Amino acid sequence: MNLEEIKKYLKEYNGPELKIMEVCGSHTGAIAKNGIPGLLSDRIHLISGPGCPVCVTPSSYIDRLIDLCLTPGNCVVTFGDLIRVPGSRMSLQQASGRGGNVRMVYSPMDIFPMAHKDPDTTFVFAAVGFETTAPVYALMAQQILEDHIENVKLLTALRTMPGIIDRLCAQGADIQGFLAPGHVAVVTGSKVFEPLAAKYSIPFGVAGFTGAQILTALCGIVMACERMQGGCSRVMNFYPSVVTREGNTEAQKLVDRYFDRSDAVWRGMGMVPDSGRLLRGEFAQLDAGSRGLNEDHKINAGCCCDKVLMGRMKPTQCPLFGKVCSPLRPQGACMVSTEGNCYTYYVNHRE
Amino acid sequence: MLQTARITMEHGSGGQATGELIGEIFASAFDNDVLDRMEDSAVVPGSGRIAVTTDSFVVTPLVFRGGDIGRLSVCGTVNDLLMRGAVPKYLTCGFILEEGLEVSLLQRVVDSLAKTAKEAGVSIIAGDTKVIEGNGGLYINTTGVGFVPDGVEISAANAQAGDAVLVSGTMGDHHAAILGERLNIESDIESDCAPLGEIVRGLLDGGIEVRTLRDVTRGGLATVLKELAAASGKCFMLEENAVPVSPKVRDFCGLLGLDPLYMGNEGKLVAVVPGEQAERALEIMRNARYGSGAAVIGKVLEAKEGAGAGSADRGGAGSAEGFEAGELLMRTEIGGIRRLTVLQGEGLPRIC
Repeated sequence: MNLEEIKKYLKEYNGPELKIMEVCGSHTGAIAKNGIPGLLSDRIHLISGPGCPVCVTPSSYIDRLIDLCLTPGNCVVTFGDLIRVPGSRMSLQQASGRGGNVRMVYSPMDIFPMAHKDPDTTFVFAAVGFETTAPVYALMAQQILEDHIENVKLLTALRTMPGIIDRLCAQGADIQGFLAPGHVAVVTGSKVFEPLAAKYSIPFGVAGFTGAQILTALCGIVMACERMQGGCSRVMNFYPSVVTREGNTEAQKLVDRYFDRSDAVWRGMGMVPDSGRLLRGEFAQLDAGSRGLNEDHKINAGCCCDKVLMGRMKPTQCPLFGKVCSPLRPQGACMVSTEGNCYTYYVNHRE
Repeated sequence: MLQTARITMEHGSGGQATGELIGEIFASAFDNDVLDRMEDSAVVPGSGRIAVTTDSFVVTPLVFRGGDIGRLSVCGTVNDLLMRGAVPKYLTCGFILEEGLEVSLLQRVVDSLAKTAKEAGVSIIAGDTKVIEGNGGLYINTTGVGFVPDGVEISAANAQAGDAVLVSGTMGDHHAAILGERLNIESDIESDCAPLGEIVRGLLDGGIEVRTLRDVTRGGLATVLKELAAASGKCFMLEENAVPVSPKVRDFCGLLGLDPLYMGNEGKLVAVVPGEQAERALEIMRNARYGSGAAVIGKVLEAKEGAGAGSADRGGAGSAEGFEAGELLMRTEIGGIRRLTVLQGEGLPRIC
């Protein structure tokens, strides 16, 4: 099928109502930026999932970063997305305004020249992310150890996709298909979704990030649902230029060398078994205190982050959305990150 | 040349060192009759409708690929005058120098400022220098004065249904250049920082009934157009395929997860002109210096009845039928409709 035929199929689909979840925050952004909802039949509903790493990080992690940056002798180094995320008391940006030492980088490796120049300061990288970014943090750990760098540490909030998808499905989520995250699959391989597809009889379509790639994957998922009503357990790879079934085994090994699998707390969703990663015990000296950051505090009791992240509520259905909660005055992390569901819906007027 | 290699607090004392600094660096570069008199204020000729604007420039690094803070501080202010159809005439410059600033760097910036002023056709008629404690930084404030010819009425509110929307070139170049420098990302993207007088005079002298002009600076194209849509109470519809972005900037944005629609320029403008004059306006822009990459990127549509101008309502706003007043829409490459809003948040370094 060419793109025009795919568009025609998706627009004219007339089968049972389908809810398809895009798990990845980059997909959520790309769907809005390409205006995809308007290209679909009104029987196909796209639901955003828990795929923004910053959004699913509990408040105690932010609080720990704030304590660190306000303690003399420390500097917190982070990607830009995290800076405005509210902890239980304040955000890193607000802490920086009160004298906290916070620096923003685009590449985690930028921390090393900083640390070299200023040996009296301990530089802590806010290592937040999914399977996609974990290999970079493993490389950081490797470099710290190889070069005997004593003033660079990691505060990790690493999460993994299969565990949370399992949780979603186990709780009986009304979802008929998953648009599976392409970047994650580059590392893990598409096989990581196979047990889930089999267990819950739900099709997964691994997708790239251009408009055409997303439409192609959606078309494949809808067709699979239509042909095999009542259960399709296929994992389809619509991103074969970079995704293989096995994934990047070197990266997987690297991550396994430094990080253990662990249970992890997700914002608004509590403890989810086998859904995170922590530095192995033998590398405890690299860890700036990542264990036990389980407290999860809402700054606004009305915030529906939990329901939004699990796809049970659209961002626009949250009573705070666009009223007291906006990107300039976020009440929850989902309204801060450019990958956040609420942020994306807000800035693109997605409905 | 000054005897010292770096600026010290003494250069701000008002005494002999200040005199030497002004004489050696500024007066020689900005040489003109008005400034040479060294009076307390400039007295200059002029009459009619006066356009005035002021802007402060705090960019780092001070010198970047494609420009420097001196060139920028002329372009930013002159372009703001031009966007109301004014002919820029005079410029004032306030310099705030941090101690430790290299004199050779200051010289370079001042020479560049003088050269750009000459290119833009403005005289520097007043100036000020202060030295503060610090770390070798430099900040510049410029105020521009221009005169608006009779009959020229250009305003953000003037867009009408059926008008065409044009840009004078590729989007995001300045922003990407500065960001690349700040983040030590290897790229050869150059800032587009430039005075846009030739484009504006070309359009006005060429008989184009220019409704609106805006320079596409901080906030980027989407922010600027959303503001124009709100001010005019119309709906703006863009074609994603038509918005020019250089391949280098597109790759750069892809790498960093940035959107060229929200990235600033310092030498690009957006023009709203009557639809039937779009082709002629495009030709004029493309023939002008700094306008070779011009393109028609969209059109202005009538908003549906009863919709409030500049409506800022959120969540569930807008239906498929008709267009909301103040709305900015873009037909995407795959044929979807994306609704755009102004830049939200900051997250990026200052670029001007």
